Amino acid sequence: MSELSRTGYQTDKMWVTMGPQHPFSHGLWTLRVKVDGEYILDAEPEVGYLHRGWEKECENRTYAKIIPMADRLCYSASMTWSHLYCKVAEEALDVELPERAQYLRVIADEICRIQSHLMWLAALGTDLGSLTIFLWCLREREFFLDLNVRLCGQRLTTNYPRIGGVRNDMPYYFERDCMRVVTRFEKALWDIINLTDESTVFVNRLKGISYLTRKQVANLGITGPAMRGCGVDYDIRRDDPYAAYDKLDFEVPVLKEGDAYARYMVRIEEMFQSCELIRQAFNALQKIPKTSPYRLKVSRNIPEGTHMARIEDPRGDAMMYLVSDGTGSPYRLKVRSPVFVNVSASKAMLEGCRVADIPAVMAMIDMCLGETDR
Amino acid sequence: MPDDAMIEAPTRTDAEALIKGKFGSKVVFRETTKKNSKGDNEGRRLYIDTDRDTLYELCQYIHDRLNFEHIIAVTGVDWVDHMQTVYHIVNYLTAMVIEVTVDIPNDDPHVRSVTDIWEGANWHERETYELFGIIFDNHPKLERLLTPKSYEFYPFRKSYKLRGQPDE
Repeated sequence: MSELSRTGYQTDKMWVTMGPQHPFSHGLWTLRVKVDGEYILDAEPEVGYLHRGWEKECENRTYAKIIPMADRLCYSASMTWSHLYCKVAEEALDVELPERAQYLRVIADEICRIQSHLMWLAALGTDLGSLTIFLWCLREREFFLDLNVRLCGQRLTTNYPRIGGVRNDMPYYFERDCMRVVTRFEKALWDIINLTDESTVFVNRLKGISYLTRKQVANLGITGPAMRGCGVDYDIRRDDPYAAYDKLDFEVPVLKEGDAYARYMVRIEEMFQSCELIRQAFNALQKIPKTSPYRLKVSRNIPEGTHMARIEDPRGDAMMYLVSDGTGSPYRLKVRSPVFVNVSASKAMLEGCRVADIPAVMAMIDMCLGETDR
Repeated sequence: MPDDAMIEAPTRTDAEALIKGKFGSKVVFRETTKKNSKGDNEGRRLYIDTDRDTLYELCQYIHDRLNFEHIIAVTGVDWVDHMQTVYHIVNYLTAMVIEVTVDIPNDDPHVRSVTDIWEGANWHERETYELFGIIFDNHPKLERLLTPKSYEFYPFRKSYKLRGQPDE
């Protein structure tokens, strides 16, 4: 613990166990914290309650059967996970996606990002004791889930990307519906911001806690909005572009403050940028003939070799590493989950905070246990 | 330029030349054969094979000299006749990824931990340890993480069969 932090109590040190069933944990995991009075000296997360052996299960399945499994890695970011899986298989097959599929994937990914961030904001609201934020965010999120239903027939486990493209073209009137939702949301998000940012209680509970430096963040492997709130200017969508992101114009919000409030602001701004991306993607889609293909026919077997693909998940840097042996199912498929690494850094995030800050700090990781434990 | 100065944003060619100059025959560079799916992602991928004695020194060099601040993941692979660990390391300024592959013999599954270079490798190494039985020397806390502490087997090894998997 640094000399600057306040440790005035000098009481007996005590380990407190929070979880696996605890309102702040958003899933099954345990956080053990060592406290000195109100102040946290040490923290130790324990995960693994949901370990299903996902990677091993994949070795038993054909490549096509893994797509719906990839959806189940994270309930609120299912689209990016199945996209990532399809992307690693495409890299292995060495195919270039049809342009139409590239834009459809961007649209689907950004809808997923907005609804995932809304789920996070809703959860943050309840963590900080405001049920209104929760209800307002979930109401807005419902419109995006409706878009998912229009596009792929499912609200959460979308099963939309396919190896070599997407399952179906967008339905009739999807663009109109999508633009209506996005335009509405850009106004509604300001209402939510007025609810959060104008609330002194909300802001005071986030500002000035859990400072991380740029160097710490890079070394601890924290990625995603939590990293960009600490001054690391890095986004895979821009720096290592995939799908159609290199043809679209967007900004990556980066803040140098490094506290929990900065991480919150980065996510809010990301939602605005996602709206912009959806709008641009539709404009680009209009220039592509309606009859152009949205899916390639690809081989069932993937040639021998090792392949790596990464993607900007709503929670950070997601990566899959595929070892194929030329048969119809993978030899090994490794999943790098952003939350798995972010939560391992809880000690650095929590040191010096108070017990009451734990929900606010851990909410900034946006826990999702499905992808953490795999 | 002094020998130990940091190059903040090395290109693929720079990185390859520097690593080759420093480690010589201890590292082998693999070329990608991909043509259509952007190949090596416009010079943002570098594939290196090395042995486990060189690994730590190589990682230190990549981190200190070439400014690769962030480790994406540490992966274990069971090739039945030997084990393998794969490291994906990224530079934030160029978004270049170096993939380092290290072979580990079955009868002595030890490799030097890189956790003291990148703290982010900590849990990945623990996970690889519990699922593959690869032991990372000098790791601060090499304990089971996802599986129960009572497990005495390594479930991701190929010798561990799932229901429905052929016995061969």
